[in-house]
Amino acid sequence: MTNNEGIALEARSLSVWYGEFLALRNIHLAFKRNKVTALIGPSGCGKSTLLRCFNRMNDLIPSAKVEGQVIFEGRDLYSSKIDPTEMRSRIGMVFQKPNPFPKSISANVGFGLRINGYTGDVKEAIERSLRQAALWNEVKDRLNDGALTLSGGQQQRLCIARALAVEPEIILMDEPASALDPMATLAIEDLIRNLSEHYTIVIVTHNMQQAARVSDETAFLMVHEDRSGYLVEHGATQRIFTNPEDERTEAYITGRFS
Amino acid sequence: MDIRQFGIESNRNSQTYMDRLNRELRFKRSDFIAHEARFVRWVFLICALVSILTTVGIVISLIIQAYGFFDTVSIWEFLTGLRWSPLLKPKSYGVLPLVSGTLLISVIAAFVALPIGLGTAIFLSEYAPNKVRRVIKPTLEILAGIPTVVYGYFALTFVTPVLQIVFPDMLVFNALSAGLVMGIMIIPMISSLSEDAMMSVPQSLRQGAYALGATKLEVSLRVVVPSALSGIVAAFILALSRAIGETMLVTIAAGATPRLTFNPLEGIQTMTAYIVQLSLGEAPHGSLEFNTIFAVALLLFVMTLCMNVLGHWVVRRWREEY
Amino acid sequence: MTNNRKDQFNQKLRLRKGIAKAFYFIFLLSILIGIGGLLLLLIQVLIEGLPWLSLHFLTDYPSRHPEQAGLKSALMGTIWIMTLTGLFTVPIGVSAAIYLEEYAPKNWSTQILEINLSNLAGVPSIVYGLLGLAVFVQLMSLGRTVLAGSLTLSLLVLPIVILASRESIRAVPSYYKEAAFALGADKWQVIKGVVLPVAFPGILTGTILAMSRAIGEAAPVIAISALVYLTFVPSSPLDRFTVLPIQIFNWVSRPQEDFQGLAAAGIIVLLTILLSMNAIAIYLRDKYQGKSAE
Repeated sequence: MTNNEGIALEARSLSVWYGEFLALRNIHLAFKRNKVTALIGPSGCGKSTLLRCFNRMNDLIPSAKVEGQVIFEGRDLYSSKIDPTEMRSRIGMVFQKPNPFPKSISANVGFGLRINGYTGDVKEAIERSLRQAALWNEVKDRLNDGALTLSGGQQQRLCIARALAVEPEIILMDEPASALDPMATLAIEDLIRNLSEHYTIVIVTHNMQQAARVSDETAFLMVHEDRSGYLVEHGATQRIFTNPEDERTEAYITGRFS
Repeated sequence: MDIRQFGIESNRNSQTYMDRLNRELRFKRSDFIAHEARFVRWVFLICALVSILTTVGIVISLIIQAYGFFDTVSIWEFLTGLRWSPLLKPKSYGVLPLVSGTLLISVIAAFVALPIGLGTAIFLSEYAPNKVRRVIKPTLEILAGIPTVVYGYFALTFVTPVLQIVFPDMLVFNALSAGLVMGIMIIPMISSLSEDAMMSVPQSLRQGAYALGATKLEVSLRVVVPSALSGIVAAFILALSRAIGETMLVTIAAGATPRLTFNPLEGIQTMTAYIVQLSLGEAPHGSLEFNTIFAVALLLFVMTLCMNVLGHWVVRRWREEY
Repeated sequence: MTNNRKDQFNQKLRLRKGIAKAFYFIFLLSILIGIGGLLLLLIQVLIEGLPWLSLHFLTDYPSRHPEQAGLKSALMGTIWIMTLTGLFTVPIGVSAAIYLEEYAPKNWSTQILEINLSNLAGVPSIVYGLLGLAVFVQLMSLGRTVLAGSLTLSLLVLPIVILASRESIRAVPSYYKEAAFALGADKWQVIKGVVLPVAFPGILTGTILAMSRAIGEAAPVIAISALVYLTFVPSSPLDRFTVLPIQIFNWVSRPQEDFQGLAAAGIIVLLTILLSMNAIAIYLRDKYQGKSAE
């Protein structure tokens, strides 16, 4: 199977159950390569659950069951032939609360390199990742300091550097700036726009202004009466925010509910 | 390597494309990692099974060696006989004196430890301000960490002489001193388990009672303690089991004379003290005398096992679901 | 409410409050009794024992003559035992804890393991001694040696090590593990690279506590070594041995008052060792807790 039209990642008929509870209902969604796609919607609509399907992090929850397909590089990530561990190094993730390991800055960035058997120059790779994450200048003289001595915004950029070090093609970001102050938030948003030149980025956000600023495409999800999430509309950010097709999208965007 | 496998359009930025293509060369997850992971999992499992092996070992070794005893002496005679004299003629193998000695001391200990332990727990859980708690809790932990030979020393050299002032006919080796000191020894266990049980009673229950105008005492005794009752009862049972299994304190302070009595002023011998006596003695391995150790130990093991199982069952069965 | 009923209520209220106040003192008394007991014990030990403490006390062997008696064999035996017991129990205990926390499926087989562990924790220590006697001394023909003694004690304190390690492992925040998984680590890499380093201080503390329990035990060692009087120091794990609590027991069991004093001095040494170990454990725990939160 070949990919076409610059689609880096695609969900087909994706549904997720936690035990008996249906969390996500039949999602069809394609993510364009080297674009930033934002997932927006009211709380409880399953944005994070959806995001975690793409690197099979839902596997770590015992009661979670996934049906449908996630197509990456022409193959279904949920097929039994795929090794989820190896795959996760190709689809990186940044979490809502910055979670650097309680180790040194360089050990954090180097962690992914080590476990994936990196054969190149580790120090060089660490520097490159920190530069890509716009953190190098701030930490280059203290690479051996503990990661937890950094500020919140710096820690998040460190987490981004850590994810970049293993050279993923896609970066999944789960509300990466929501735990940060406004200055740090803007820095992250800048970073995201820069990164999209080389990476495909999917970002979950509850902040619509952020979605409008940062993303090329937007997907809007909503909650059903039975608390399951489903996709309402997906398209270019510009269009979604100025001329949404669905009235529910319009209602959400104009703030009639959140 | 098939280009299409990467799903990358050939007119993309060729530098990025080449970088991507080479990724497999740079990241080599060796097979060794997978083998190591599998191996490690087995090692951990085996270590977890050591605990099962321990239990199996205890049961088998006790039963096999006690069998040598029960071949000669019937279980009935063992469990119902009123005289224990395996070494001196006339020989008699009724274990009840040892059991009564054990229980006598444990009951005395219970009388001391249950009210004090519970009172301590109530104080810590309901009354004590944080500063006081921070001092008292480590003190109790220290109490719990003192080796039992020390308690034995204390019972023999301090408590007994003091008690002899009150009870002049009391012998040097007696059940009362041992029982009292044993009580002090198990206070920390009752106190901390009960306190845990009480601390897990939600504040909302207390506040509901206060709102109805109850005094602190009424809240403690009529609301908190009943809610935490399963944990408290379990604490009692487990502490009692500990008292029954305790060895050095009773060996030092209670004496070596098996005697079926309920008089705490007399010397007695507990099951555990008897085992120590024989271990240090000269009875040859494999002899009937030596095998009495295992019969007694088997009985001891069964008794403490039942109490522990009971204690844990009480917690599971009667735990209030919050 | 009529006046009469109001008075009755107020009267009862005063009574209830009075009783509440009284019980406050009763509960306070409970604590004081417990603490008082401890103080009495320590004072008694210090009064009787301090006169007998001296350098030669630590470097001489036990003797029939109280003035010449010392702790040397017991002290060295205790050190041997502590080291070997630690060597055996820590790897096994931590591995078992890792299995239970990270690998074990949540089904009946794991429940059996857990029930078994909590039962083992309540088995009298003398029974462990008899197990050691049967398996290590006799079956494996290790004889009444340091090796057999430390193997037995490692089984005894294994539940403690497992419990402390499990709690430390459980306390590792899940967001660290998530981050590691998201980078493409498999379970063992997550444990090796993130969980164990973060849980290490707690595991260390648990180990020290287990060791302090082990060196206070006399009953199982009596069953294994069957001696209370020894005048040499073990030079290998295959030698016979004695430990501090047994030496104390030996002295306490003698009728002469001088030996009671020696016993008290021995207790001072034992308690000092235990106190230092616990202090180190607490210091380490606080030091590392500070580090990972920084």
